[in-house]
Amino acid sequence: MDYIEELENKSIYIIREAYQRFKHIALLWSIGKDSTTLVWLVRKSFLGEIPFPVIHIDTGFKFKEIYAFREEFVRKWKLKLLVSKNEPALAQGMGPEKGKFACCNALKTEALKATIREHNFKALLLAIRRDEHGLRAKERYYSPRDADFRWDYQHQPPELWNFYKSKIEEEEHFRIHPLLHWREIDIWRYIQREKIPVVSLYFAKDSKRYRSIGCAPCCNPIDSNADNIKKIIKELKETKIAERIGRAQDKEDTYTMQKLRSLGYM
Amino acid sequence: MRKENLSLVITGHIDHGKSTLIGRLLLETNSLTKDRILEIKKIAQELGREAELAFLTDQLREEREKSMTIDTTQIFFKSAKRNYTIIDSPGHVEFIKNMLTGASLAEAAILIVDVTEGIRDQTRRHAFIINMLGMESLIVAVNKMDRVNFKREPFEEVKAELLKFLEALKMKADFIIPISAREGANITKKDRRLNWYKGPTLLAGLNSFRPLLPSPRKPLRFPIQDIYEIKGEKMVVGRLLSGRLKEGEEVMLYPSLEEVRVNSLKIFERNLKKAYAGENVAIILDRPFLAKRGLVMAKKENPPQVCSNFKANLFWLSEEPLAVKQFFTFRCATQEVNCQIKKIEKRIDSSTLEIIAENCPTLKLNETGIVVIETEKPVVIEKFHFIEELGRFVLEENQELKGAGIIT
Repeated sequence: MDYIEELENKSIYIIREAYQRFKHIALLWSIGKDSTTLVWLVRKSFLGEIPFPVIHIDTGFKFKEIYAFREEFVRKWKLKLLVSKNEPALAQGMGPEKGKFACCNALKTEALKATIREHNFKALLLAIRRDEHGLRAKERYYSPRDADFRWDYQHQPPELWNFYKSKIEEEEHFRIHPLLHWREIDIWRYIQREKIPVVSLYFAKDSKRYRSIGCAPCCNPIDSNADNIKKIIKELKETKIAERIGRAQDKEDTYTMQKLRSLGYM
Repeated sequence: MRKENLSLVITGHIDHGKSTLIGRLLLETNSLTKDRILEIKKIAQELGREAELAFLTDQLREEREKSMTIDTTQIFFKSAKRNYTIIDSPGHVEFIKNMLTGASLAEAAILIVDVTEGIRDQTRRHAFIINMLGMESLIVAVNKMDRVNFKREPFEEVKAELLKFLEALKMKADFIIPISAREGANITKKDRRLNWYKGPTLLAGLNSFRPLLPSPRKPLRFPIQDIYEIKGEKMVVGRLLSGRLKEGEEVMLYPSLEEVRVNSLKIFERNLKKAYAGENVAIILDRPFLAKRGLVMAKKENPPQVCSNFKANLFWLSEEPLAVKQFFTFRCATQEVNCQIKKIEKRIDSSTLEIIAENCPTLKLNETGIVVIETEKPVVIEKFHFIEELGRFVLEENQELKGAGIIT
């Protein structure tokens, strides 16, 4: 068993454990490379069809390539798609020019809150990784959130070996992170090995590519000539630049991520 | 592609330099991105302090302001030999459960000791936990050698103290290395100020360790995780902890002692002839109705231990003390059964390593005991050093984690 297979098997075990414990469960799919890899792993875990809904938080500001990809693979993979959108906030003109923090919070966190409430989900599978951001490195595989979505990072429950906590209060839900132990380069190696489709924005065009994707107004491409997976892997081996360099919400001030995350941001 | 990975926990008393050592390892192995370095400088400015390597792992505002790690963090770096996942863990007693969370995921440990302070409470407690978790690869790093002008005597004093203490625990350190995390001495390169030391650098020591891998050579152990019904067909899913499984084989379910035949094996969209340790597979059995979560598949000629009364090392994690005769849920691999603590044979204070009492009525927070557990129904267990996942367990009450242990 090689390193990538080890990562994969660890994730599948966590996914199956989550489904065994929680029947009201859903998968969060931003349609980026990580959550698409997670969709792939969940399909693998259930030998083809995912037995629960896949949520896409749609801010209305996503790249057009993301929407096209979503339509194509919802069909091909027979996903039960749930679109989560904060229509009232959008109607009132919420957007990135109102401030990154306010915008992320309203169009992502609040939208998701409403969806969870509506469907009474008790667990959400999310594709965050420890190497993405120092704060995400502090996460547990199973992370409880209260009714207001708050992450009580100062009092996280212990998590030993692979015994995951499953007790839940009425108003809580669990964030479950099966990809926590993967690195960016591992994801690309796995995409290459498994031939997982990804949005074309990741591949260089006119010497620019997106390394991390989200909403169009808040993502900047990096300089790169990597127009295929092999070149991306090579680029990642040599780079000194952080993955989320092009993501505006990480940069506003030192603790924006901490504030966003403690309020329930992904 | 086939580059191995080793996960490693860094432990030790508060302020002995765990987070700084991690920062140093990242810096010297070139594992830092430009903006992480800028970020540290910016934070230092905001706090009106000198830039500290510890800011890299201490990500929470509360951690940086108090210069104290609160929760465990994982960070990646690579040497020429392999990839590493480093797990930083808090050194403060209040956060011992976070330390344990981090340490339970590691294959090797570094125990860091401040040369000017020597062994302290959390040094002992952490060593004890490393030992209890069955970790076999250990480096003791004697840090802050810069504070003693890189002199040999203070190091030798601490080393003698360490050797005595490790021996009392029946533990062995693979290396005891003098370092200065702040100045980067003996981390990845030798330092002439420490030329009296002839052993390897910290990184060379780490590179000599071997990662643990699931073993296909050991006898088959397959705890059933769940049963799915896919397109009208029942499939038994789970992960092979050890051994291998072949299509067409007869296997036994424990502890129910029913014999079943493996009709076919599947992974995703394909059939397999054979599955190996470490793999998650789906199995189609001739009599699927006999399968249930928690049963363990093994071969008749190589059966697991089945029992309902056994001894274990238990670490107590709850504010509420454990009392003899109390009931809990015993979780081991995918098994979950009620159990009762029949006896606490020995009680040990994990910070002083004193045997506090024999045959005692209770076990308090952060104490360890040798206990006798009786389960309501027979369970499948193994010695920890034989098959790890069947030799470790947790005790829960109302689904809250109360204690963790291993069977030796």
